[in-house]
Formats: sequence, structure tokens, C-alpha cells
Amino acid sequence: MTVQLEQHIDPKLIPILEGVHDPEIPVLSIMDMGVVRYAQMQENIAKIKITPTYSGCPAMDVIGDDIIDAFTKVNIKAEVSLVLSPAWTTDWITSRGRKALEVYGIAAPLSEEADKEALLGNKKIVKCTQCGSIHTKLVSQFGSTACKALFQCEDCLEPFDYFKCLK
Amino acid sequence: MKNENKIQYIYGIADNALILGQRLSELCGHGPNLETDIAMTNMALDLLGQTRSYYQYVAQLSGDDKTEDDIAFLRSERQYKNVLLVEQPNRHFGYVITRQFFYDVFHLLLLQELQNSSDETLSAIAKKGIKEVSYHQRFSSDWIKRLGDGTEESHQKVQEAIDDLWRFTDELFHMTDDDDMALQDNIGVNTIALKERYVQMVKEVFDEATLTIPETKWFQKGGKQGVHSEHMGYLLSDLQYMQRAYPNMKW
Repeated sequence: MTVQLEQHIDPKLIPILEGVHDPEIPVLSIMDMGVVRYAQMQENIAKIKITPTYSGCPAMDVIGDDIIDAFTKVNIKAEVSLVLSPAWTTDWITSRGRKALEVYGIAAPLSEEADKEALLGNKKIVKCTQCGSIHTKLVSQFGSTACKALFQCEDCLEPFDYFKCLK
Repeated sequence: MKNENKIQYIYGIADNALILGQRLSELCGHGPNLETDIAMTNMALDLLGQTRSYYQYVAQLSGDDKTEDDIAFLRSERQYKNVLLVEQPNRHFGYVITRQFFYDVFHLLLLQELQNSSDETLSAIAKKGIKEVSYHQRFSSDWIKRLGDGTEESHQKVQEAIDDLWRFTDELFHMTDDDDMALQDNIGVNTIALKERYVQMVKEVFDEATLTIPETKWFQKGGKQGVHSEHMGYLLSDLQYMQRAYPNMKW
């Protein structure tokens, strides 16, 4: 468990890593999540470092196994390790990732300020992913996974997840 | 400082997260409503995740073939260094929230200092944890206000919980010999220096919640030395059952 200050990824490995998805949000590749911090070939072994979204995220073990599987399929041995610093932030989700979230029905994280207002219920700013209305309300600060909060649309009445801003 | 003292220092932080995480896990499926049930299990998950990071580091420091699971499941009661506050059993929801609030405020202050540790790994775990614990503290503070400034009954129940649990809060700031050594080496945190800010933060929330800090002069401690309350044995028998009954079993 170390520190990986700068993201350092060999472009040749990106297509393989893009084939691995978050098991809890399958529309999102781990590259779009921004959890891959390091990927380099060293003596014919792909050394991959990933960082957890939340400390207790149970998806990390599965993601680690899936990375090894993805590399095994193209006959490359891979080793996966976990880094904690710098801590993951929702800013690392790519714009393609944000779009994929919205299409999947999860509202993408707002800016830090807006997020606070939304989660304290002060302002109606989280858009319903079904009908686009901003007449939505916070149902719970904690949702189906550690990274999400639960909202409900007051127009179409659909409940939906909001990906919490993490800075 | 010697590795063994450093390990003991880490237990003093990590065991709180494990034991409080275990208490919150007990509520899975038993929360007063779906949203609070999910919230409490989410917080349990964060705490157990942090625990894993600490224990993985301890396993690495020990230099033997010990794993994070051995550390979590195979120590005896006296070897756990958590404070008495976090092992107190779940009673009604107001009681659970009060215990959580008292720990969250401390936890946040602790991690804000621990992130400056000269130990790279502890600093990294703290930085990650701050983001999660800020969220916990917001949740428990909101509920303290809602219950305290709620109905006559909710006010009374949460005030009773405060009156019962406040005596465990002083131990949070108690420095063991290992804490002193860690502080000298710029690894650890001076918890005594956190107390004033702690009381102030608790008071701010209580004022808004129309609740009061009891005027207790007597405080209970012992957990940080491994001397626990009677509740700890029951908790551990639940926590350790599977590994004791089926050694080395895996999910």
C-alpha cells in the first residue's frame, strides 16, 4: 500500500483496461472511473495500481480479479496492487463516464458546493435521470452503494441514484 | 519507535473502527426505516474498509505470515485496544446515533491530524478516511438535531443516551505509552490537544438540538489498555465465531 502521486499509464495497455468494468455500475469502465493510477509493463508483467473509491468498496477485490482475467486473455501476466494516496475524487470520472452514468440512470456528481446544497436539501439542483425535471428531493444521504445517495423525482415520482461528490 | 509499539499505536485507532463497524453491522436489516438502515450499514462498510487498510499495514509491519483476518478475528479480548464507547451495545435508535455522534466528532478531528503523520501509509489512510467520516459526522449531527429538537419523547430519549454515554468520551483523549511514543516520532496525534475543540463541536450541535452535556466529573476508561466492559466478550464471540469454529474458512 503506497502512494502514487501522478497517474502513469502506458497507452498500449488502455484498451485492455477499458474492457474491465465496475461490477456495481457495469456501464462504467475502470478507466472512466479514474481508479487506475498506474499501468506499466515491467519484465513482461503488467503492473497495475488501482485506488478504491471508498475504503470499504467491495468492488475493489472483484475489479482486481477482473483485471488479471482481462490480461490473461491476451496472454499477459498482471499484478494488481492497491494505492490509497492521493485519495480518489469524483473529479477523476471522465466526461464519457459522466455521460454513461446519466444514460444508465445515475445522476452524475455536481460540484462540491452544489453537492452540499443538494445533500442538505437546501436547493433543488439534482436533475431526474428519467424525465429531466429538477423538482427532485433527497430521500437518503446514503444509497444502494457507498458512493451514491438516493433521490426521488417529484414530477415523475421515479426514485434514482445520485453519485455523491467526493473531494 | 519499535515496530511492536507502532503496531499497538495502530490498534488504538483501527480497533475503534472495527468494533464500531461491527456494532453498526448488527443493525443491518434492523434499522428503524430503510434509509437509516442503509445509512448505518454504509457507515459500517466505510469503517470496516478503513480497518482493513490499517490491519493490512500491521500485517506488513509484523513481518510474519499473519494476515489482516488473523488480526481481526484471532486476538483475545485484552489485545483489542478500542475505547469503551464503541463497544457499548445497540439500544434504541437515539442511543445508537448518540454513540455514533460522539465517535464521529472525535474521529474526524483525529484523522485531520493523522493526515500530517510522518508515516506515509497512516497519512494516506487518514486522508482517505476524512472524506468518509465527514459524511458520517454530518449524518449523525443531523439526527442529533432532529431527535433533540423533535418530539418530547425523542428529546428525552436522546438526552438520556447522552447522560449515559458522556462518561465514555474522556477516554478518547487519553494517551497511552504507545501514543506518547508515536507522538514523539511525529507518527501519532496528540489527542489531549483535541479535547477543547471536541467539546466545542459537540456543544454547537447540542445547542441547536436543545440538548445539554451532563455535568459529570467521573469518567470511565480502560479499553485503550485492553480492559473492556462486559459487552466486549459477547461482541467478540459473534465477530470471531466463524473463524474459531471453522479455522481458515473463506467466503
